[in-house]
Amino acid sequence: MSAPGAARPVAVERMLPTEEATELLGLAAEIADGELAPRAADFEARGEFPREVFRTLGRAGLLSLPYPEEYGGADQPYEVYLQVVEELARRWLSVALGVSVHTLSCFPVAEFGTDEQRKRFLPDMLGGEQLGAYCLSEPAGGSDAAALTTRAVADGDEYRVTGTKAWVSHGGCADFYNLFARTGGPGPEGISCLLVDPASPGLVPQAPERKMGLSAERTSQLAFDDVRVPADRLLGGEGVGFRIAMRALDGGRLGIAACAVGLAQSALDYACAYAAEREQFGRPIAAFQGVGFLLADAATQIAAARSLVLSAARLKDAGRPFSVEAAKAKLFATDTAMRVTTDMVQVLGGYGYVADHPVERYFREAKVLQIVEGTNQIQRVVIARALTGGGPV
Amino acid sequence: MKIVVLVKQVPDSGAERTLKSDDFTVDRGSASNVINEMDEYAIEEALRIKEAQGGEVTILTVGPDGATESIRKALSMGPDAAVHVVDGAIAGSDAVQTSAVLAAALGTLEWDLVLCGAEATDGRVQVIPHMLAERLGVPALTGARKLTIDGDSRTIERQTDEGYEVVRADGKAVVSVWDTINEPRYPSFKGIMAAKKKPVTTLSLADLGLAPDTVGLANAYSAVVSAAPRPARQAGTRVTDEGEGGVQLVEFLAVEKFV
Ligand SMILES: Cc1cc2nc3c(=O)[nH]c(=O)nc-3n(C[C@H](O)[C@H](O)[C@H](O)COP(=O)(O)OP(=O)(O)OC[C@H]3O[C@@H](n4cnc5c(N)ncnc54)[C@H](O)[C@@H]3O)c2cc1C
Repeated sequence: MSAPGAARPVAVERMLPTEEATELLGLAAEIADGELAPRAADFEARGEFPREVFRTLGRAGLLSLPYPEEYGGADQPYEVYLQVVEELARRWLSVALGVSVHTLSCFPVAEFGTDEQRKRFLPDMLGGEQLGAYCLSEPAGGSDAAALTTRAVADGDEYRVTGTKAWVSHGGCADFYNLFARTGGPGPEGISCLLVDPASPGLVPQAPERKMGLSAERTSQLAFDDVRVPADRLLGGEGVGFRIAMRALDGGRLGIAACAVGLAQSALDYACAYAAEREQFGRPIAAFQGVGFLLADAATQIAAARSLVLSAARLKDAGRPFSVEAAKAKLFATDTAMRVTTDMVQVLGGYGYVADHPVERYFREAKVLQIVEGTNQIQRVVIARALTGGGPV
Repeated sequence: MKIVVLVKQVPDSGAERTLKSDDFTVDRGSASNVINEMDEYAIEEALRIKEAQGGEVTILTVGPDGATESIRKALSMGPDAAVHVVDGAIAGSDAVQTSAVLAAALGTLEWDLVLCGAEATDGRVQVIPHMLAERLGVPALTGARKLTIDGDSRTIERQTDEGYEVVRADGKAVVSVWDTINEPRYPSFKGIMAAKKKPVTTLSLADLGLAPDTVGLANAYSAVVSAAPRPARQAGTRVTDEGEGGVQLVEFLAVEKFV
């Protein structure tokens, strides 16, 4: 039978705050249909990083959405930005995740940079031609990020950086790196954030990781061997780095959650079209309650996940505390993506298990969302501590 | 350089399209309407010329009220302004009449170059650029896959089945383009917002000094007298190879005049 995936995904009913936002979502869907959807399977199969696709998104203004207009952003609320990410993820997770990582990587300068640093760096970072990366995790420390060991030693008007950063999304192809390194003693207070030029001598990206999925997304270690970083690239002052990292991740987690909603929706779209066509026992399999209920549960969980993501985003947009709500959204949306992609493989039966149908890839891709930007165990730690009065992790 | 780009709104060629059963004109009401695909290449080419040499790009559309949507979409790619000729009497006009309306509208504008798509995906008659150039008394450089502007001279590579021809003209000209000429940009978010504020001038036949009885279906030079839906695809011929398969294939190709 023919693959139903070529059909355009049905529109999701959205309550958008402005007419402007409606236009923006329309543009995102148009580019996602025209540029992302036709390339995703091929680039993923070959493991090629789609740099040109990011340029197209950048020129259309989709790489700077939640940042101020005065620096080249589009001043869009997070609520709107996240729905753009969701629409992109529905066509190609690697690209949507890349947009989320880039947006996260602009946060330290936008939020903690001095006026002078913002004027100097932000217009290029938000200009659409550049991609950023965020270097917090290390080979020996992911969840316990405050234990990081990469050192940045002050030397005149420079820092000299030595150490290894792990799992850097866009590692080796980014145009700027947010580096979290130790300038002081142990613990979170000893950590600072530096904006590093990828052309710095001594900064050596390692071979890309060979991942279970997200093959078109490049993830690499970065080795820093006495890399000199000018002191005027220190963001937010010495010792503020860990706070910057956590604040950035609060927003970043919502980006991951939006990716999860888009991926799950994509799996559901595909499985619904398949179930309506595939016949067994003389009827479309969608007519069997056992299959129909799988689809119904998936649709319900996706709607719940989307609502959770947007409700956390609206708190953020209103300037209210949102980090615990972001943790809940990330936890629920990514667990939902895992469950839904698993179930949608089931809906396709044997055909779900082979690369001829994209649900096989969606299933592999979903897994990473439960791990990045704080594993779902760490999200539960954040939520539990907030409930019982403990401090942040 | 002042460039006018002709933009036509057409029914989406990717969707089901129909003719009205009474007068055989294109059913625009039920279709999802879009910018004629080839026109997007003309817009892109105009924007590239403007980006390289400065100037102004104006969209010119003859079409019903609903064409406003396509005009805004065209403007969101970057042109500066638009002119929309809209008049109930124009409905059903043929190419001869439409070219007269376009020529009259161009008479109200200052321009150095007219760019347009080599065909529209609805009528596919491909004659508007030639007719318009004739009416304007300027050269027609049609079917371009490449356009070079050098001072006053405009040179195109005209795409043909065998290759291309180099055609040159000086001064004002009408240039039509194929989809091989460039890769049109997507609108940007900022472009979409800016397009809402760009001037769109609406002109009627009276504004152009054209009499209503020179245009429209009733006065058209050509008429569609009958139309039938495309027949369902035939089953085709199956060749079973019993030692003679190759010969049978060649015979089939010969009968169909492929070889
Ligand atoms: C594709 C990919 C892209 C990535 N991109 C980036 C990036 O751009 N930048 C970046 O800095 N990092 C990035 N990461 C790293 C990611 O954030 C870490 O992998 C993640 O934080 C987990 O760290 P870890 O892998 O060291 O696992 P560990 O921390 O070793 O965790 C192992 C297991 O122990 C559990 N665990 C640990 N501590 C606790 C606890 N207190 N309570 C309960 N369970 C616990 C974890 O949940 C997990 O199940 C990326 C990772 C991947 C796979």
